[in-house]
Amino acid sequence: MRIVVAVKQVPDTAEVRIDEERGTLIREGIPSILNPFDEYALEEAMKWRDKLGGTVTVITMGPPQAEAVLREAVSMGADEAVLLSDRAFAGADTWATSHTLAKAVEKIGDIDIVMTGKQAIDGDTAQTGPSIAASLDWPQITFVGFVRELNQDSIVAERYVEGGCEVIRSSLPVVITVLKDANTPRLPSLRGKMKSRKIEIPVWGREDLELPEDEVGLDGSPTRVVKITTPEILSNGEIHHGESEKLAKLLVDSLLGSEVP
Amino acid sequence: MNYYLSEELNDLKDLCAKIAEKYILPVRAELDEENRFPREIIKVMAESDLNGIYIPEEYGGFAETFGGGSMALTVATEELSKACGGVAVSYAANALGAMPILISGSEEQKKKYLPDLASGKKLAAFALTESEAGSDAGGVKTKAVKDGDSYVLNGTKQWITNGGEAQIYTVIAQTDPSRGTRGLSAFIVEEGTPGFSYGKKEDKMGIRASSTMELIFEDCRIPAENLIAREGHGFLVAMKTLNKSRPGVAAQALGIAQGALDEAAKYASERVQFGHRIDSFQGIQFMLADMATQVEAARALVYSASRMIDAGERKYEKESAMAKVFASDVAMKVTTDAVQILGGYGYMKEYPVEKMMRDAKITQIYEGTNQIQRSVIASALIKETAARGK
Repeated sequence: MRIVVAVKQVPDTAEVRIDEERGTLIREGIPSILNPFDEYALEEAMKWRDKLGGTVTVITMGPPQAEAVLREAVSMGADEAVLLSDRAFAGADTWATSHTLAKAVEKIGDIDIVMTGKQAIDGDTAQTGPSIAASLDWPQITFVGFVRELNQDSIVAERYVEGGCEVIRSSLPVVITVLKDANTPRLPSLRGKMKSRKIEIPVWGREDLELPEDEVGLDGSPTRVVKITTPEILSNGEIHHGESEKLAKLLVDSLLGSEVP
Repeated sequence: MNYYLSEELNDLKDLCAKIAEKYILPVRAELDEENRFPREIIKVMAESDLNGIYIPEEYGGFAETFGGGSMALTVATEELSKACGGVAVSYAANALGAMPILISGSEEQKKKYLPDLASGKKLAAFALTESEAGSDAGGVKTKAVKDGDSYVLNGTKQWITNGGEAQIYTVIAQTDPSRGTRGLSAFIVEEGTPGFSYGKKEDKMGIRASSTMELIFEDCRIPAENLIAREGHGFLVAMKTLNKSRPGVAAQALGIAQGALDEAAKYASERVQFGHRIDSFQGIQFMLADMATQVEAARALVYSASRMIDAGERKYEKESAMAKVFASDVAMKVTTDAVQILGGYGYMKEYPVEKMMRDAKITQIYEGTNQIQRSVIASALIKETAARGK
């Protein structure tokens, strides 16, 4: 089983603030981490590799320092890593990013599954995984909470969606996006840490992937982020104290009198 | 203070801190309350390769990566002990159990037992203590009688850390009762050997996550090749083992002390009395300053002893004993002061410092009481002085 896990380096969002004027994230002083959702994808990939044999190759697109998350993934047990980095990739939206990642999957070659986290905690779009599938013209299963079966020909996965669970069988190759329900990610091992310090991580740029200029980075991105804002607080909550019956009446009355659609 | 640890040792420290944060902190109070051995955590540690850090590469470990293994064990044990002294000793007791094989085992014994210990597939325990043989190892009553190609063991070992959880036991027994400590021999006994069973599990004051059990040998027949070194060398094997493992107990004490200091400093920065944070009061400040200084001094001594061992120094029993004595006395003092700083809260089980105080106490007692350690230090000192006089 040859698996690619596409990961993203993200700011540790616990403390991220927004620059109101520029409409961008203030990244200074915020540590970068491996997107937590991607850890579940990585664990799922390694779990099946450990069971069936094969390799897990982890890839990311980003600036040179994004290499850190690849080394972290190797310390956790990934076999190989490739960094996609090029000035030309800067400013990519999810379309251009997933197109670039898909090209890398093709270049690695002979891949059975691409796994990603369900979304990244910075952009929260959940588009990159599905978009890789579209770019590769492979089937996709998103929001996978449990992989029931996996063999050389097919996968059976449970897709956790609002109000239920869909069980989907797909042929390979396939792209899946993984939920945190799927597993408990392992910690790095010492051997993994040693390997991660020594491993050579190839860096592929636009030319290595044979991508035209207008398909990558800002030029290849059909969308533009115009502005990021914190939602305005339209009304403040009210806190009432008292007996539950009176409170219930108060709540019903205020709901009846409100303009909640 | 910066001890300029190697990158590898820093990696090890980070990994142990992660294990502590993710797996130990959430359950330490529960493990303590329920007197429960942390099997899941021990498994995670094994998967993270922690069991191989003191075992050489040729036997499946990677002690060489850390420059020997003593410093690695110290760093790991300290970091784990900050979170829980009971979990940490369950981990470190493997090293103690493996030590007789590492130090004095034959090539065949090393090849047979060490790889499974390095991978964490099996756990180890060291069994010396008996009801009448504590500080005085000469009081060991467990007998091993040679019978053809076997030895037959009879007797009871007491207070064995990792008892009932380990699969490989290094056991000290009498092969010649007429010779006292010179009649002792060391053996490897595997779990499941007919005649080998477990007695009662102890209900302890502290380190309650660790398993402390009786080992019972009733006509327990083991192959003669399980003898470590030679007949009569058991006391020597035990002393070499303890000399080398003492920095591990010292590291446990150091970690407990650091954990208590961290809790006390944090509490003092949050607790307000008389309208001020209590760390603005000189009475508390001086206590914290003394605690921090003692912890740092203990660390300097423990690290120095471990580095001596890793450097290949042949004689280190004095330094090893000094590290153990000092760090464990510091742990008792600092944890007691931490409880004091937290006041009434410190005395309650909702806060972790009362457990740290209970955990600290054992470090003054086991692997040689602090009184025995002082004898070791004094006798080394007397010998050095005599040698200088010549």
